[in-house]
Amino acid sequence: MSDGANGQILNVTDLHTYFPIKSRGLIPRTIGQVKAVDGIDLALASSETLGLVGESGSGKTTAARSILRLVEPTSGQIELDGQDITHLNSSAMVKVRRKAQMIFQDPYTALNPRHTVGGIIAAPFRVQKVEPPGGVRAAVMELMERVGLNPEHFNRYPNEFSGGQRQRIGIARAIALRPRLIVCDEPVSALDVSIQAQILNLLKDLQREFGIAYLFVAHDLSVVRQVSHRVAVMYLGHIVETASQEVIYAAPLHPYTHSLLSAIPIPDPAQQKKRNRILLQGDLPSPINPPSGCVFRTRCFQAQEKCAAEIPPLVELEPGHKVACHFPIAKPPESVVVSTTEEDEAVMAARRDSGPVDSGAMPH
Amino acid sequence: MIGVEEVEGRAQHSPERPFLSVENLAVQFKTEDGIVQAVDGVSFSLERGKTLAIVGESGSGKSVTAQAVMGLVKAMGGIVSGEIWLDGQELNGLSPAEVQALRGAEMAMIFQDPMSSLHPFYRIGDQIVEAIMAHRKVGKGAARKEALEMLKHVGIPAAERRIDAFPHQLSGGMRQRVMIAMALINSPQLLIADEPTTALDVTVQAQILELIRRLQGEFGTTVIMITHDLGVVADVADDVAVMYAARIVEQAPTSETYYHAQMPYTLGLLASIPRMDRGQQDRLDPIPGNPPSPIHLPPGCVFQPRCKYWEQVPESAGHCKTDRPELLASGAGHSVRCLLPTDARRQISQEVLQSLRGEG
Ligand SMILES: Nc1ncnc2c1ncn2[C@@H]1O[C@H](COP(=O)(O)OP(=O)(O)OP(=O)(O)O)[C@@H](O)[C@H]1O
Ligand SMILES: Nc1ncnc2c1ncn2[C@@H]1O[C@H](COP(=O)(O)OP(=O)(O)OP(=O)(O)O)[C@@H](O)[C@H]1O
Ligand code: SF4
Ligand SMILES: [Mg+2]
Ligand SMILES: [Mg+2]
Repeated sequence: MSDGANGQILNVTDLHTYFPIKSRGLIPRTIGQVKAVDGIDLALASSETLGLVGESGSGKTTAARSILRLVEPTSGQIELDGQDITHLNSSAMVKVRRKAQMIFQDPYTALNPRHTVGGIIAAPFRVQKVEPPGGVRAAVMELMERVGLNPEHFNRYPNEFSGGQRQRIGIARAIALRPRLIVCDEPVSALDVSIQAQILNLLKDLQREFGIAYLFVAHDLSVVRQVSHRVAVMYLGHIVETASQEVIYAAPLHPYTHSLLSAIPIPDPAQQKKRNRILLQGDLPSPINPPSGCVFRTRCFQAQEKCAAEIPPLVELEPGHKVACHFPIAKPPESVVVSTTEEDEAVMAARRDSGPVDSGAMPH
Repeated sequence: MIGVEEVEGRAQHSPERPFLSVENLAVQFKTEDGIVQAVDGVSFSLERGKTLAIVGESGSGKSVTAQAVMGLVKAMGGIVSGEIWLDGQELNGLSPAEVQALRGAEMAMIFQDPMSSLHPFYRIGDQIVEAIMAHRKVGKGAARKEALEMLKHVGIPAAERRIDAFPHQLSGGMRQRVMIAMALINSPQLLIADEPTTALDVTVQAQILELIRRLQGEFGTTVIMITHDLGVVADVADDVAVMYAARIVEQAPTSETYYHAQMPYTLGLLASIPRMDRGQQDRLDPIPGNPPSPIHLPPGCVFQPRCKYWEQVPESAGHCKTDRPELLASGAGHSVRCLLPTDARRQISQEVLQSLRGEG
């Protein structure tokens, strides 16, 4: 149960978001579904950061957007600050957006190039019809100051700013109404490392100051480690493991988490040479035709027959540490190698099976 | 120049020169806003079979440097000066046709986006066959056999069937493998990889880096790897060149770069990265400010506006705001572009890197 009063900000239960695949032709019909998010649970308290990690196509963005109803979920329940927002109409959602904001990966496309920076940051006040004490202009200048922009640049246009500065503009706009939750989708992925660090520090400072909860979506596990209290690992629409940041990085139990962590090169040549690495074969199967049973089984070094037959539930194996795996493992066997051909065949098969999308588009 | 004979205006093989030697390379572009100094006095050299990583901020000139070596910049409207010596031959003075003959044969390049070198409407096998036949007198049948072998070699499963696939039918990782196959098909001596794994997932990145390493071992290829990921650098490089605002600001063997970097920008870079192998830090230690515009490069040290240490430079060593530091040797194979005296740099380096290791 969620309870806004207990500091619980977000409670997502059994969220599914499927995208229908339509045939083209005179009478379009649904011929399949992209199971982008396939039954996930998330919970977030105020002042807390939950990192959502996973490879490209695992469904992170879809999950993030579904939670703010920027994409319509197929089923499930979303509670924000104690209120069920799953089925609110759009005018009711406008009010909700005071409490929950989003910042995006691409600071270039997220800002309207024809509006001044001042106008962009003031937008939430206009939309929500809020008149801050001292007036909008003063409030905007204060926000600019707070995120490290020069308030004198109030009348400049986004193209006059660097990537990092544009991300600061997006952040200023997001915090304007003191939201309880900010969903950040790859907020630093497009930035240089030296600028990344500035933005990560800023997000942390704002959290301390305003008690904001972050759902922090990223594919970079080092960045996620730096900002998150808890981490959820996604694979093909499912959360396969979730635990505190410390536990995920130091003592993971899911074979996928092990593989993911071992694939990240460490910026220290001596350490990098010493590491045991798991070379996962192939890539993510198609979410149109996900593997039966455990979605990770086609690339998994632990996979056995049971994995193809039964979906592993997300089980709490230790307090606060949940794992969806029939054969969780604390230490992967040394030099695990999987045969490429078999699972790559599976990838190909999945692609072939998604064929109707293409052939449906053909005129003959 | 020692050991270089001029024959018909073109310098010939010199045993003293390393396999690849780039000397005082500069590239300018004329744009509406003014002249972009994309590369400014870049020099580096590389022995056969070794890997040089070029790292640096976005816009620092990494790609343009690579494109200049490949002879691609002039066609893009850039003005190139300096010398590029590959295996005893100077490339910048060659005609476009001569460079074209070398490209794809003696040297090849792979990119972040495989679709920039793969044609979307042709089968991948046909594209590799064409690459072979453009540079060698081989029959079509033999070329196709060779293409198939190469596809197998780079780890394309069921290559017999996939040789007739179109690029869009392959996953991102497989497309990257195809591009690598195409780049290596004529056994080039030099391979330039420009962010080859940036668009890939880490698990696929690990596969591709492993592949490049393996092929390099087999063919003895010399590699320039451009990346902004210091983890990838630690994984693959023998030497590292750090670029900032069109210049190389530090160059050293890889472990020297990580454990004894001296240039304030390199140190700032190492301090900014969140690291997987360390616990969460309360705050990161970012480099303040933003990189300069390539149209208005600062007259002195290009890093001065963001540097924490410029006030520590003694009067006798010059002034960071006005005096341009040279890239000078500072230890074995290590060169640094900074006005700080060597002792001061070493001292700063020790302090910064020790505190990063949690020993401060
Ligand atoms: N509007 C849409 N219509 C159809 N399919 C979609 C749509 N949006 C996303 N998908 C598909 O849903 C899956 C999940 O995509 P999503 O963008 O959520 O992944 P992600 O984890 O954010 O990946 P990335 O790291 O690349 O951003 C993908 O297979 C994607 O192609
Ligand atoms: N064809 C061109 N015309 C004008 N300017 C150019 C051209 N190509 C590159 N530049 C400019 O040259 C500078 C160096 O660009 P380059 O692409 O080498 O950067 P980079 O270090 O590869 O950056 P990134 O990490 O973003 O790829 C940039 O300021 C860029 O805008
Ligand atoms: S030359 Fe000066 S400004 Fe440049 S890095 Fe060295 S100390 Fe800093
Ligand atoms: Mg995404
Ligand atoms: Mg580049």
